[in-house]
Amino acid sequence: MSAPVNSLDRQIISATQAGLPLVAQPYLEVATQLGITEALLIERLQAMQQQGIIRRIGLLPNHYALGFRGNGMSVWDIPDPLVQQCGRVIGALDYVSHAYHRPRSPPDWPYNLFAMVHGPDRDTVLQKVAEIAALLRERCRSHEVLFSRRILKKTGLRI
Amino acid sequence: MAETALLDAADKALINRLQEGFPISSHPFAESGRELGLSEDDLLNRLKRLQENGLMTRFGPLYHAERLGGGLSLCAMAVPEDRFNEITELVNSYPEVAHNYERDHLLNMWFVLATEAPQRIAEVVQEITQRSGITVRNMPKIEEFFVGLKFTL
Repeated sequence: MSAPVNSLDRQIISATQAGLPLVAQPYLEVATQLGITEALLIERLQAMQQQGIIRRIGLLPNHYALGFRGNGMSVWDIPDPLVQQCGRVIGALDYVSHAYHRPRSPPDWPYNLFAMVHGPDRDTVLQKVAEIAALLRERCRSHEVLFSRRILKKTGLRI
Repeated sequence: MAETALLDAADKALINRLQEGFPISSHPFAESGRELGLSEDDLLNRLKRLQENGLMTRFGPLYHAERLGGGLSLCAMAVPEDRFNEITELVNSYPEVAHNYERDHLLNMWFVLATEAPQRIAEVVQEITQRSGITVRNMPKIEEFFVGLKFTL
């Protein structure tokens, strides 16, 4: 198994994955805690961001508390040669947070493109899904929206 | 939407802007604040308030799990109503299950597997299938069309 992340980076990841301290010099505080210099921490974070190990640094909103209460997983059956093109169209919409190409699961799951659609309520989400259907037109053979009923477990990713 | 009523224009601007990125530098809040027209202290106080009010889940680096060498997949099962609690307990007992949601569909249980070793995904899928007698559909991502979260206020 490949181990692209060295042990200092692992320590940096575990010290920061729950968030940065909200102080004027957050990187200095984390560095001090790890027993390294602020300059070294900044260098490693920049390197990890460049490699894509860090997607970005910033604010993760609680979208539910901010009023985005309707969250639907829309799923689409797209001919394989068109998935990438359609994924880009859907991924560029400002009410879609993630869009993924995934394998179908025959016989009863023909969908190969998944997109999380967000809005203030279910009706808005359904309207937005209809907008996507209109954009994709004949490229989409069928689609559905799955709303969540209940969270059964949520621990977050532990890296 | 009562919580958003607590937000003024500067709060909304910083929520929109800081979802896109944050500097890696010695005084990053001062730097970001300049762009937003806020002092370092004002920006920090606003972020603390957002955290206290539960409007912000987290502030910091968002890591890309697969680039760290681990496995990640989305799985689904069609669980009969009368076995739902039993199967929830079984699935949730795996530490590799990060989130699990009930959804309104024939495939009514959807969970994310995150494992340190990529090959562990297939093992967990097979184990849960065997122990439950219900096929676990394994739908790992093939390609991502990710443009970032944009909850614009």
